[in-house]
Amino acid sequence: MADLATLTSRITDALGDAVLDAGEARGTLVVRVRPDAWRSTAETARRTLGFDYLSFIAGIDWMPAPVVGLVEGDTSTPAQPSDMTFGVAGSAGRFQVFAHVQSTTQHAGVTFRTDVDEADPRVESWVSVYPGADWHERECWEMYGFVFEGHPSLRHLYLPSEFEGHPLRKDFPLLAREVKPWPGLTDVEPMPGGDDEAGEEGAA
Amino acid sequence: MSTTEQPMTPGFEVDPAAFRHLADAQVNVELDTGDMILNMGPQHPATHGTLRLVVRLDGERVIAADPVIGYMHRGYEKLTEFRTYPQVTTLINRIDWLSSFANEVPFVHAAEQLMEIEAPPRAQYIRTALTELSRIATFLLFLGEMGLQVGALTPAFYGFRDREHVLNLIEAATGGRFHPNFNRIGGLKDDLPWGWIAETRNTMKIVLDACDVFEDLVVGNEIFQARTRSIGIIPGELGASYGVSGSNLRASGVDWDLRRDGAPYLAYPDLDFQVFTHPDGDSFSRYWVRLQETRESARMVLQLLDGMPAGPIMAKVPRIIKVPEGEAWVETENPLGQMGYYVVSKGATGPFRVKIRSASFSNVSILPWMLRGVYVPDVVTILASLYFILGDIDR
Amino acid sequence: MNALAVEIPWGVLLAIKAVVILAVVPLGALVLGYTFLLKMMSHMQSRLGPMDPGGFHGWFQLIGDGIKFLQKEDIVPDEADRRVFALAPTVVVISTFLIFVVIPAGPRLQVANLDVGVFYALAVSSLSVIGVLMAGWASANKFALIGALRAAAQLIAYELPLLLAVVGVVIQAGTMSLQGIVSAQQDGAIFGWSGIGNPFILTQFVGFLLFLIAAQAELTQTPFDMPVAESELVAGYMVEYTGFRFLFFFIGEFGTATAFAALAATLFLGGWSIPGVHGTAADLLGPLVLVLKLMAVAFLMFWVRFTYPRLREDQLQALAWKVLIPIALVNVIITAIIKVAI
Repeated sequence: MADLATLTSRITDALGDAVLDAGEARGTLVVRVRPDAWRSTAETARRTLGFDYLSFIAGIDWMPAPVVGLVEGDTSTPAQPSDMTFGVAGSAGRFQVFAHVQSTTQHAGVTFRTDVDEADPRVESWVSVYPGADWHERECWEMYGFVFEGHPSLRHLYLPSEFEGHPLRKDFPLLAREVKPWPGLTDVEPMPGGDDEAGEEGAA
Repeated sequence: MSTTEQPMTPGFEVDPAAFRHLADAQVNVELDTGDMILNMGPQHPATHGTLRLVVRLDGERVIAADPVIGYMHRGYEKLTEFRTYPQVTTLINRIDWLSSFANEVPFVHAAEQLMEIEAPPRAQYIRTALTELSRIATFLLFLGEMGLQVGALTPAFYGFRDREHVLNLIEAATGGRFHPNFNRIGGLKDDLPWGWIAETRNTMKIVLDACDVFEDLVVGNEIFQARTRSIGIIPGELGASYGVSGSNLRASGVDWDLRRDGAPYLAYPDLDFQVFTHPDGDSFSRYWVRLQETRESARMVLQLLDGMPAGPIMAKVPRIIKVPEGEAWVETENPLGQMGYYVVSKGATGPFRVKIRSASFSNVSILPWMLRGVYVPDVVTILASLYFILGDIDR
Repeated sequence: MNALAVEIPWGVLLAIKAVVILAVVPLGALVLGYTFLLKMMSHMQSRLGPMDPGGFHGWFQLIGDGIKFLQKEDIVPDEADRRVFALAPTVVVISTFLIFVVIPAGPRLQVANLDVGVFYALAVSSLSVIGVLMAGWASANKFALIGALRAAAQLIAYELPLLLAVVGVVIQAGTMSLQGIVSAQQDGAIFGWSGIGNPFILTQFVGFLLFLIAAQAELTQTPFDMPVAESELVAGYMVEYTGFRFLFFFIGEFGTATAFAALAATLFLGGWSIPGVHGTAADLLGPLVLVLKLMAVAFLMFWVRFTYPRLREDQLQALAWKVLIPIALVNVIITAIIKVAI
């Protein structure tokens, strides 16, 4: 495992002004790059920095899910904060794409992240750099509606081709949950022994 | 941006003339036949699950192949956003259903990292032992199944028979044969039952014997070698850029095992084990690497039993688990390859976003490249040797 | 005097013969299917196989399966060529029946003692490929079509080593009649020693091996079962067949296995003969001896079937043309030279 600080400086040096911000998420380096440098980031990562392994590409929607029909005391859905906050290295808006690449020889990895415009969700495709990006970008396209420019064929991967909407966006409701609420946190009554919020010792 | 039309599959607009040098038709143009599109799956014995392969054939030669997945898509990434952390482990048990225990570990580990708690050493050792047992169970099935896919019936039964012993161990410890749901954030549900350690030692002998049987019965068989050697070669560099991981990548000569090379997790830093690679990258080497890894796993389990520490199996954890705001990426070396969870928490009882990085998804995405120019029987060999679980592809 | 020398009208005789032949094929399929497919394979794979039906080690299982198949709905695909589709299983089974016509079970227990018995048996056995091709083509299924074409390619390739393996026997026996070949083995001598006759497996061991390998390919059994190849082609040419038509294929498969085992036993193990036993005793003991020898050969064939993986089609062709046929030709030449020299 390479030292995180040296890794950060190596990556920021190699990427130059493409880097907007960098941070650490529990031992993993997160680097946020400019959207127009997304593909060149991949090229630098693979060819210069030696990150030869593509772990995944995924999207994220930072908008909190709209609360629909939540009644008092209903714990069926874990209540999330209602204001929009962004993760490590920040974000310009609601959508982000993040990708994790690793090196099989240096045994190090980095998560790259870039912002996606909400009105016109377009990202550069990584397929020409990492061929494995093909399916990840197709999945991301159907789940979030991000258009990967330069992808050979953005077809549905998981969902039927007639499917409408982008299921992983936070405003896409999980209908099953709204029709029939989940039992939620049922195990809230005190334990027979009498210990409650304090915690329990499993090995007692 | 939703579209209803399905664009032409890449690879399917291929001009057959470009592949004429592959076909016998080169000798005699009148023999040039039309192409045939063969639909393998979703119900096909070689796809063990619901993978569908649309292959374009010239005679028995595959010109282009397009895997169609999603017949078992369960939307786990969406469902996790509506569950609390303890409930999520129930879901992710079902991703790679042959080694469910190994699926739970990285997620629980991610939650523990965010909560800044650590499971006690005994829990870590038991987790490691059960992870390795899942690996043995998964690989024993593979070792038999691969024989079945190339036409030998008998190894499959031996594989199932010996896997049964391992599943019994997992059941004895966790209560579930396939979906243990045994991990808790901060430790484990229960301690090991009485006599489990002695029983595991016996079973590891059975496993090591089974590996010898497979070495003789399958690896040593000339027809098996003829069917698998130099079939379905993955060059190491290309495999890595496709995200192929685990034994598949090690069989291509890439010496990379997250148990040794990744961020230290579980009890692996305490163990002395060997990582096997094979330079060829073909179907045979994938079988060989998994066979050696099964042996190595059995030895690791024995080491773990010897060094099993005493003590509690659960750290101090609040009754209602709220994970502080933050992000964590935890990857582990699962039987099928790299399994990782990118967990984003916003301080609630449930995760805000979980990206599930499953191994088979990337392993299978290389299929269109691998299947060009092989024969129909080789398609089956390649599918079997890549060893994917549909739940791990479709999530 | 021959105690069995009762005068039977030829019509009745013909009827008896027809009934025997009609009974032998399903019975052979049943016995081989039960002994080897159900029980031997199970025990090789560390399991018991059927244990309940019939009370004793599941002996009734296959009969029950047969009854079940008869009750099943007969499904014909919409796109299928119905007449050809319906005819195909029959063609396969008929070719099996025809082989048994020339196989002797005793000095007089034979339906027809043809002068060209060997030639006839091998000729009618390859009729089944027509049935297989018909089935594959008429099913309107791509898996079935690929399976059928594989079967055709394979049978053409393996007909030749099969024939050449037998040529050695024919040269040694000096006759093509199966009855004559048996007599030659019973009364023959190995370089002057006639203690056990001259079972051709000793002098034609290479031929015996070639015959078994080629028969394995003719029967489309592992390692040459590409036409059915469950894991690739699902079930090859049989994929669309249900109910009693599938049963026909099953009977055809195991009936032909019986026939080839019987042929191998006749050609190489002396058939019904026991050295020194002649006349009525041979007629009475003959069928039993033949069945024992046949089962021994079948054991070998099924042992291989349950152990080996499957070759690929091109590897199979290479094996036939580059290995088996040259060996068979050399074997024929050496046999001829020795025959002329002695």
